Amino acid sequence: MRATLSILTAETTGPDRVVPPTGFTARLTLFTAAAMAFLAVFALALSLATGRLADRWADSLARSATIRISAPPEQMEAQVAAVQEVLKTTPGVESSRVLGDEEMKGLLKPWFGPDLPVDALPLPKLIAVTETADGLDAEGLRLRLQAEAPGAIFDDHTRWRRPLVAAAERLRMLGLMSLVLIFGAMAGMITLAAQAALAANGQVIATLRLVGAKDAFIARAFVRRFTTRGLIGAVAGTVLGMVAIALLPSAEAAGGFLTGLGFSGLSWLWPLIIPPIAAIVAFAATRFAALRMLRRIR
Amino acid sequence: MIELQNVAMSYSGAELLSDMSLRLAPGSFHFLTGPSGAGKTTFLKLCYAELLPSAGHLSLFGKDVRAMSRDEIAGLRQRIGVVHQDCQFLDHLSVEENVALPMTVSSRAPDMDQLRELLNWVGLKHQANARPPQLSGGERQRAALARAVIMSPDVILADEPTGNLDWEMSLRLLSLLVELNKMGKTVVIATHDLNLIRQAKAQVSARVLRIANRHLQAAGADL
Repeated sequence: MRATLSILTAETTGPDRVVPPTGFTARLTLFTAAAMAFLAVFALALSLATGRLADRWADSLARSATIRISAPPEQMEAQVAAVQEVLKTTPGVESSRVLGDEEMKGLLKPWFGPDLPVDALPLPKLIAVTETADGLDAEGLRLRLQAEAPGAIFDDHTRWRRPLVAAAERLRMLGLMSLVLIFGAMAGMITLAAQAALAANGQVIATLRLVGAKDAFIARAFVRRFTTRGLIGAVAGTVLGMVAIALLPSAEAAGGFLTGLGFSGLSWLWPLIIPPIAAIVAFAATRFAALRMLRRIR
Repeated sequence: MIELQNVAMSYSGAELLSDMSLRLAPGSFHFLTGPSGAGKTTFLKLCYAELLPSAGHLSLFGKDVRAMSRDEIAGLRQRIGVVHQDCQFLDHLSVEENVALPMTVSSRAPDMDQLRELLNWVGLKHQANARPPQLSGGERQRAALARAVIMSPDVILADEPTGNLDWEMSLRLLSLLVELNKMGKTVVIATHDLNLIRQAKAQVSARVLRIANRHLQAAGADL
């Protein structure tokens, strides 16, 4: 472990050698970058998962609707037939299907348990409607159903679909905001670490200025070091984050929202942008801190 | 080369140096003397623009120091070699790397033959790979001198270079500075060691200046 750490925190060769080894800030920067990259992987996964959810709800549910028929038992068959007749002649209806008793049982099972006597209950009939890509005229269909089958109520899911899609969109935005905050916090922490390193090396900087080093040279020595550490830490954190995501139960197995938190297909490539972004953040933060501090020294 | 006209230097409202005028001509040799706290170090810091004058005009190599950018000042320090009493080394680098530092910071690869020759000239060839804390006081001063001259500067400023050295080592360092002056370099040595000044005057035509009561004046005839 110690050997690995010494490799990761090893000071570079060449001009960077003018800055003496700084073990504490090296470890702090590595840890910060790794932790932030790990969190960034989860924020990215959350953002992508909620994005997929929002798209799915927006696309698939937008093309589905339900007609609920409530009528006395003796009129039920006639009302169902009337509704189906109406649907056959309604533009924008791709298909329709009456839900059978087993499907009704399945829908009610979470609330009433598996032994529900569907036959004994005055349950309404449900017809699942799939719309064409162009959609149908919901208001026109409602008026026709009112006239042909008074017990039928058309529900195009708009009422509950909109808040769900809005919630998913907000979750996606929160995920993206979390990414921005994570990289912001990382910039702050690396700036502090760089400032600590610069302050600890005040005498070194004074000597470098004395022998004619320009600000850009001194800043570069610190910037290279912190950028390398930021990159190495972020690679480690990203790999750990991706492994953790891969170890989550699969969405198919449990079907819950959280188990869908992950990457699929080419989206596994998205986390690979985290280390370069972390390196850019480390570069910018260190350069900013170094040049600001150097301006105070003649 | 370095010219001061009515230069004054104040810090926190207190005037440290006042109304100083001087022109350091190319190839000249100057001693700067005065009691401790008189302002010798402050004067030298003005000469390599670590400090800016609070009044008067200071020009380095024909340029007004106030009009120079930070990068210009950095470039100018490659033409002025400075030897401090405390040497200011980077202790994690070897003596050789410390001596080559002015070249490293100007992104020039040091000529290893020239570097070895320089270390040989100051008598530190055998200590090239040692770390500065391993050197004696005299060796540190000679390493600082080697670092100061590696870029072949026009001016060498030495602040109490023999302050921590015994007489024999002081003479050895002085002879190196005299040798540099004979090569055409302008040399300014701040010291309160009057014996050293007398010894130098026997070898080279040196002008002795004295800072007293914040003013720069020519030293007495005894020097």
